[in-house]
Amino acid sequence: MELLYSVCVGVLVGCGVFLILRARSFPIVLGLTMLSYAVNLFLFASGRLTINKAAILSGSEQYADPLPQALVLTAIVIGFAMTAFSVILAIRARADLGNDYVNQLAQANNKTGVRK
Amino acid sequence: MQHIVVFPILFPLFSALLLLLPPCGKSVKARRFASVGLAAISLIINICLLSHVLDIGTLTYAIGNWQAPFGIVLHADLLAVTLTCLASFLSLCCIVYSCAGDDAKGSFFHPLVHFLLMGVCGAFLTGDLFNLFVFFEVLLIASYSLLMHAADKHNTRGALHYVILNLVGSAIFLIALGTMYGVLGSLNIQDVAARISQLTNDDVSLAKIGGSLLLIVFALKAALLPLHMWLPNTYSNAMPVVAALFAIMTKVGVYSIIRVYNSIFSPGSGPLGAMGQDVLWFAALATIVVGTIGVLASKDLRKLVANLIVVSAGTLIALVSLQQMQATAAAIYYLIHSTLVCAALFLCVDLIASQRGKVADRITTGRPVKQGLLIGVVFFAAALAVIGMPPLSGFVGKIWILKATYQQGDYALFWPIYLVASLLILVGVTRAGSIVFWQNTSKDIDKIDVKPIHKFKVWAVYILAGVSPFMVIFAKPITDFCLQAAMQIHQNPAVTQLTGGL
Repeated sequence: MELLYSVCVGVLVGCGVFLILRARSFPIVLGLTMLSYAVNLFLFASGRLTINKAAILSGSEQYADPLPQALVLTAIVIGFAMTAFSVILAIRARADLGNDYVNQLAQANNKTGVRK
Repeated sequence: MQHIVVFPILFPLFSALLLLLPPCGKSVKARRFASVGLAAISLIINICLLSHVLDIGTLTYAIGNWQAPFGIVLHADLLAVTLTCLASFLSLCCIVYSCAGDDAKGSFFHPLVHFLLMGVCGAFLTGDLFNLFVFFEVLLIASYSLLMHAADKHNTRGALHYVILNLVGSAIFLIALGTMYGVLGSLNIQDVAARISQLTNDDVSLAKIGGSLLLIVFALKAALLPLHMWLPNTYSNAMPVVAALFAIMTKVGVYSIIRVYNSIFSPGSGPLGAMGQDVLWFAALATIVVGTIGVLASKDLRKLVANLIVVSAGTLIALVSLQQMQATAAAIYYLIHSTLVCAALFLCVDLIASQRGKVADRITTGRPVKQGLLIGVVFFAAALAVIGMPPLSGFVGKIWILKATYQQGDYALFWPIYLVASLLILVGVTRAGSIVFWQNTSKDIDKIDVKPIHKFKVWAVYILAGVSPFMVIFAKPITDFCLQAAMQIHQNPAVTQLTGGL
């Protein structure tokens, strides 16, 4: 289970970083979302992956660590707000700049590429 | 009285909400009046807390009375409370300045400033790493919106860079926290500091990874060398009054490094003691060099001031990385001085830009500044202070920094770099000032039709710059105070007991 879980987190981070390095606003928003999913999974795993442990008080002998769950919940809420903001900003930037390139250098490179 | 610890956070939240509701939400006049009043009350609350902490000593407040390692604690020691005072003073000045008309250029300026103040105060006061993350996000989302306040086409790209960079930073912050929690089982800073010395074998490397990631995030906020690229563009794209307000934000990063580095990675904390000291030291020196080059290369005054902020961040981190009491005390003095002076310079640049027509704040020959004497005096004073020439506060700070590094035996590398950097900054700022104020196209000054500066703006700039001579006149009590605050930071955290509760 640990292996599958860590591979999952790793792949998500890898995809996220790749998309962020694309330097265009839509892939970056997707990349940031993937990165935040990976981070949430990672935070959840920091309380150790266990099976058959109660998540809430229910007379069980053993409990899962409640703190990472609280942390993940907070991180999800914050991540959601931040994603919403970055989407709005990306749309605004698209309207203001007339393209979705995040930096001017990438835009210039791409233009010369088209001309060739 | 014990509940006063939480008020620097709750009150700005309350004022921001109040400012959104009618009548403040509808009428500009009411909003301005209420905003200034509420910011002043916030400053008074912080000063009360400061005097309380001076009387009683460090206060620890467990939120909701959940005890220390499980609940979130607020930790009000001298440094934290001094910085909350600084933040509320700065935001009061910026609010007064904005009341001259800048606030009406976009929506929700006043509530956002109060939300920002809430985040900054929270980040200063909290004693819990995850709570620190939450307050970072609070201040960041307020800063994103403020950055876009009255923004036009040219600002959007800078804002986009800033937002993306900080979102990636937040993700790294969370990974760091997850690693730390996985290894140590706690996120309370004092508790983590106590537990980290007992780690063995593999756990040490894991904690090292977590700690390094944490330092990287703080270095990003503080604009340390490889991660400083965002700062000059962001700050020069923002409205000057917002940029002045942002002068406190790099200091939040520096403060987090002071707090975390000196407790969790203090020299006494086992295998991870003084982790990454060399990296921080050399990165800080390189930051000073790059910032100085930036100052010389700046084509407009806003970029110049933004680069001065980079230099001040480098100086602060260099001092902090020494992990010595004298150096930390000098850093605290320099931190207060540089925040206020850089903010004053940003506002001053705005005044200059508003009077030079099309040339605005570019460092080139152009129309003379109409109210040259009024603006020139404050620019001259702030420039002297930021360079570190006598008789203003920069000089005291500089002498203290040199003395602190001399005592630690680190002067062979630091002195030449710092002194040459100061000389070059002197050259850069002098050049900029003399071109802007003296090298003008000959035009009769009376014929220029520029509106005279609003009196609120003049007051705000003069009050901010006026703190500098004040810090020299009362240098002795202030330095004693800084030493006392540094002493509290350097107490061995493993010895201080985990306290909380009412």
